[in-house]
Order: sequence, then C-alpha cells, then structure tokens
Amino acid sequence: MSDKILHSITAIFDTPDEIIHAAKKTAEKGYKNYDVNTPYPVHGMDQAMKLPPSKLGYFALVFGLTGTLTALALMYWMSVIDYPQVIGGKPFFPFPAYVPVMFEVTVLSASIATVLSMLIVFFKFPNNNHALHDTDYMRKVSYDKYGVSIEAKDPLFDEEAVKKFLADIGGKEITPIYYDNEEINHKNVILEPKFIGLLVVAFIVVSGATYVMMNKVLFLPPYTWMMSQEKVIAQDDDSFFKGTQAMLKPVAGTVSREHLPYLYMGKPEEAAKAMINPLLPSEKNLALGKKKYNTYCSPCHGYFGEGDSRLRGQFPNPPSLHSEKVRNWTDGRIYHVIMEGQNVMPSYASQMNREERWATILYLRALQRSLNAKETDLQ
Amino acid sequence: MSSTSIKIDYIKKDLPDIVIKLGYGLFALGLIVAALAYFTDPTRAAYNNLIVLMFLTSIGLGALFMIGIEYLMGAVWSVPFRRVMEVLAGVLIVLPIVAIPVYFNMHDMYHWTHHDVVMNDAILKSKEPYLNMTFFTVRIAVFFLLWIAFYFMITGNSRKQDKTGDQKLTTRNIRLSAIFMPVFAITLTFASIDWMMSLEPHWFSTMYGVYYFSGTILAAIAAGTFIIIKLNENGYFVKGINNDHYYALGALLFAFINFWAYIAFSQYMLYWYANLPEETFWFIARWEGSWAYVSGILIFVHFVVPYFGLLSQPSKSNASRLKFMSLWILFAHIVDLFWLVMPTYSKEGVKFGWMEIGFPVLAIGIIIIVFSMLYKKMNMMPIGDPKLKRGINFRL
Repeated sequence: MSDKILHSITAIFDTPDEIIHAAKKTAEKGYKNYDVNTPYPVHGMDQAMKLPPSKLGYFALVFGLTGTLTALALMYWMSVIDYPQVIGGKPFFPFPAYVPVMFEVTVLSASIATVLSMLIVFFKFPNNNHALHDTDYMRKVSYDKYGVSIEAKDPLFDEEAVKKFLADIGGKEITPIYYDNEEINHKNVILEPKFIGLLVVAFIVVSGATYVMMNKVLFLPPYTWMMSQEKVIAQDDDSFFKGTQAMLKPVAGTVSREHLPYLYMGKPEEAAKAMINPLLPSEKNLALGKKKYNTYCSPCHGYFGEGDSRLRGQFPNPPSLHSEKVRNWTDGRIYHVIMEGQNVMPSYASQMNREERWATILYLRALQRSLNAKETDLQ
Repeated sequence: MSSTSIKIDYIKKDLPDIVIKLGYGLFALGLIVAALAYFTDPTRAAYNNLIVLMFLTSIGLGALFMIGIEYLMGAVWSVPFRRVMEVLAGVLIVLPIVAIPVYFNMHDMYHWTHHDVVMNDAILKSKEPYLNMTFFTVRIAVFFLLWIAFYFMITGNSRKQDKTGDQKLTTRNIRLSAIFMPVFAITLTFASIDWMMSLEPHWFSTMYGVYYFSGTILAAIAAGTFIIIKLNENGYFVKGINNDHYYALGALLFAFINFWAYIAFSQYMLYWYANLPEETFWFIARWEGSWAYVSGILIFVHFVVPYFGLLSQPSKSNASRLKFMSLWILFAHIVDLFWLVMPTYSKEGVKFGWMEIGFPVLAIGIIIIVFSMLYKKMNMMPIGDPKLKRGINFRL
C-alpha cells in the first residue's frame, strides 16, 4: 500500500445552493482540474463552474452533414450513374424524393455518432476505471449529498491550501483520495490491439454471415418458400379446369380484332394477281417498312437486299432481292412469300401485321430502285 | 397562503413616448396608404388587406395558443413574461375591424362567390354546401367570437390574479386552456381554409391548416421574443430574467422553424410525387414566371437563414442575435403569406409596389398601438401567479 498516489481532495456539501456557491468559489479561485459530483443535474451548474459551451455540437454537425452527403451521393450513384431507371415518371435525379432519405440519414448518423463520440472522446469509453470509484465520497454524492473534488494535477494544487480552502467555503468531510497506479488505465483502451482485433473479427463475421445468408442460405429449403407461391404460372397444369394449361386457350373460332383471313395459301399465282399494295409510299410508311425490314429481313437478306447474310453462313445464303425475277414480281407475290415462306425461309405472318408487311414491301421497292432506277427517276 | 409569502419587487414603468409615437406614426402612414389603395385599386388593396388580416390573426391567436400551452403544460420558465403574450393576444380584438374591408370586397377576390360560375362548375357546385356566403359569414363570425371570448376569459383571470393572488384562478385557466386547445385547432384550420385556401376553390390540401399553424406560432413567438428582450434590456421586468430564458425562447423559435420547413416540404413533396393535375396546378402557379423567385426566396428567408442563424447553442441565448432573428422571422411570415395569397391576384407575375409595403406597416402600427394601449391597463408581470418566483429563477 505504499505506492498509493494522491488523486484529489474531496469535500461534501449538503444542499444544492451550497454546491453552486462552492463551485463558483472554486472556479473563482482559479482551479482548473476539479469536478463537481451531484446525484442529479443541478440547474445553473455550468455557469457556476464557468464551463465553456460543450464541443459536442460540432461532432453532431460534422457527422450529420456527413450523413446528408453520404445519402445524397449513394442515391445519386445508384439512380443516376449505376442503374438509371424511370420510376413513377420522375427524372433520374428526383431531388424532392431524396430529401426524406437525406433527412433520416442525417438524424441517424448525427445521433449515433454524437452518442459514440460523447462516450469515446469525452468519457474515454471503454476505460471504466476512475480513482473516485468505490470511495465513500462517491457513495454519498450519488445518493443525497453534493461534492467537490480538486485534483492533484491542478497547477495550483497544494494539499494544505486546498484543504483549508474547502473548509472555508463550507465543505464537510474533507478527504484525500488515493489510487494504485496499476488500477488506472492511462492509455485509451480503444486503441489496444486486442480491442481493434475484436472489431475486425466482428466485422468479418457479420459481413461474412450476411453474404452467406443472402447468397446461399436463402436458396436452401425451408427459405425457398418465396419461390413456391400459391399462384398460377402460365405453362403449369390448371388446378381449376382439369386437364388444361393455366394459360387458357381462346374459345374455338375466336379471331383478333384486326384479323383478316388469308385466302391464297399455296396459291402464289393467284396471290400475285389478286392483291395490290394498299399503302402509299409516304415517309411514314417507308420509315415503318425500313424498321421492319431491318428487324426481320436484313439478318439474311442484308441491309440493302443483296443477299449478304450477317448470320455467318449458318443458313444457306438467300438470293439477292435485286434479281430481275424479284424485281418483276408484283407486290402481291412478295406478300405471299412473307405470309407462306419459301424454301428455307419460314413464314413471317406472326411477326408482322398486315400494314407492316405492305410497308416492308414499299421499302424493298425503294431498295430495288436504288440499284436499278427507272429512267424517270434519273431526270 | 404561499402566494402572499412570495415577494416580487416589481415596479411598473411607463412605456417611453417614442414607442407610442412610433406606433401612431406607422398606423397613420399605413392607414393613408390603405385608404389611397382602396381608392385607386380596391381589388389589389383587398388582397393586401387579407395578408394583414392573416398576419394579425397569426400574432393574436398564436400568442393565445402560447398562453394556453403554458397553463396546460404547467410551464414555469415562461411565466415571468406571459403578460407580453397576453398583450399580443389583444390583437384579436381588432381583427373583425380589419376583416370588414376584405369581407366587402370578397366578390372580386373569391370566384366561388359568383353564383353563375358555381352553377356551371361541377366541382364548385359540389362544394357549394360549404363554400357559400351565408355559411362563410356565420363561420367567420363564430371564429371571431370564440377567439375574443377566450381571450377575455383567460387574460381576465390572469389579471384578476394580480390583485387577489388566488391560486384557484390558475386552475380555472388550466381548464379554460384545455377547452381552448381543440377550439383553437379547429377554428385556426378552418379560418385558414376559408380566408386563404378558398382563393383557389378547386385546390385542396389537408395540410393547409397545419402549414398556416406552423407560421402562426413562429410569428407569435418571434413577436413575443423581440418584445420580451427589448423590455428586459430596458428594465421593465424584475431582475433575474437572463440568457437561460432567452435560450428557451430561441430553442422554441428554432424548433418551429424546423416544423415549418417539415410541413412545407411534406405538402410540396406529396403533391410532387402524386403529380395529379388537380393538385399540382397550385404549385405550378407558384413555380412559373417571376413567382418562382418568390418561392425560391421563401425557402431561404423562412428556413435557411433562420436555421443557420439559430443553429449553434450560444446563438440561441444571444440577445442581439435573437432580436434580429425575431424581426427576420416576422418578415419571413409576411413573405410566406404574400406567397400564399398573391398568386391568385396576379397570375402572370409578381406585382410589388407601395401597397405591398404600406399594408405590413399598417399591421405593425396596429400591433404597437394595441400593445401600448393594453400596457397602460396592466402590470407587465403576472405578480400574483404562484409560479412566478420559480419562473424568474429558471436556469438551464
């Protein structure tokens, strides 16, 4: 017990008025390293002790603004840069929709960071040992008394003078407090390798568990319940109409609104004679024809109808559409080929509707005339 | 008999002549402007008159609300300067007079008052059971009556306590305040809907009442804060009212600045998100042409500047900062009302001239005159209130 070091001299007071008075006197005397302990917050203590305003507000400000900007940057990156998507007809950068999120994140980060910085920076958490702990003095001031403790590290500290001063301002039970050097953590525990190691391990465990959960476990039974829902899938058997598919077929004889029956199946000559193009070669029709030609015809026939397939020889190359035979065909004959197909070419009846087929033929005629212009075109 | 044992050495000082002269000067100036305005352009004058009416309602009703809240919450810190709020609530008495010119010009301002328009408009026709002249008149009359009745009852009890020191009067005022709160909520909401929202009778917002309420309380606290600090600095109260009291006022101002921004933004964002034409046209009218500048300025004047002005802890208890911010917020409330009312008058763009300056001057003149007249009749501190001593000793 010989290596006890003096921590402070304490004095007990009985009423809140006395402690305010004592705090004022202590501050006036010029002591810097002293503290006042009361069982509850005493109003007016900050001014009596001449404490400067707390710096905690700046932590809240900095962390709050960090939260605001983080939320803004996160949402900006997601919905403007990484994955732009129209949601509810709003622009990619819908600022008003961001404001509530920014507000929430600001409040969240400011409050959590304020509490943490209060604990860690001001209270030196997780250092939890203090010389005043477990003393008779602390027992009293956390019950029904008020106390002042003037610390030995104060530049003005002088044991006898402090004792006399405390007695002068009305303090009772003036006691010195001693502590063992080994009992006190002088270093901040938060910087110890063990503690940091613990944080790293916790980080790895939590993020690893999250990864496994989200990417593996959720795809194992019984977590697959989301995938087996009580709903009808198009190609499944129908549990209501037995023996049918869930996607029911239309009633026999149903035709779609714009359906016209094709009368010339297997009769190319009749088709060539009977049908004429109902569309005029207007800009709009040619634009439609160009779109459809480039979509459905050009993969084999080539963009300009020269039979230069881009399918790299996976199919036999089709003949050129600029041949004299095709040029002399009527529009109806070409229409018939689109409807029925020819040789390797399948029918394109289901891909294009009537108007689109005729428009495609108009565009094909324009392509043909670009290589074999009529004399009238050259004037 | 604890009330007699409390000794408050309050000596009443008269207001300096300059304040009374200033009040009458501003009032006379404003009155001349108002008369000229009604002579040259009665419609525009009536719109400006409406802004004055809503501004004075804000001050008077907001002050009465603060008194009621104090009684209901058993608040202690605000007791020493409750009288200031009571005097400000006296503005309620002159409201009917201010409302008369607006009432007689309603035909030019509210198109739901036109019978032929209403009959040819399905929406207005379905709103007709509520929006018609008879019911409107009855409602407004009942609102004024209720407000003035509660003003006289609550402040009357409080003033009687100066002489008797009877604690039962506090209990009675607590009961009155409890009745006043729902009355306040309903009448304030419907008054704002009737006077201002019905300027655009096709438009509707369930947040309109709360929006006006947030501005109301802010304006009342701001006016109170300015007067309290002025009076205290010149020794019209007893010693002991200090920065801790100022801090409480500043924190209240700061809280309601945030509340206003929260409500204003919520209202805007919900309409922006839903994007329905019958709701958005009200905001589009305020976001087109020169009105866009007013909308933008409003955000800065009503939120950004006072928010950062009162953000830090020391600024909330700094007397000069608080005085400046109080006046600033009163100005912001006038801008807010201008933004709410005037786009209906001049859809094509902002019209700002001598009328828009003269009418707020009239409002300030009215407040100062009411204040100085009521000041003569009462002590500036509720010296019989049992909570007064504790209120003066209030520390953070």
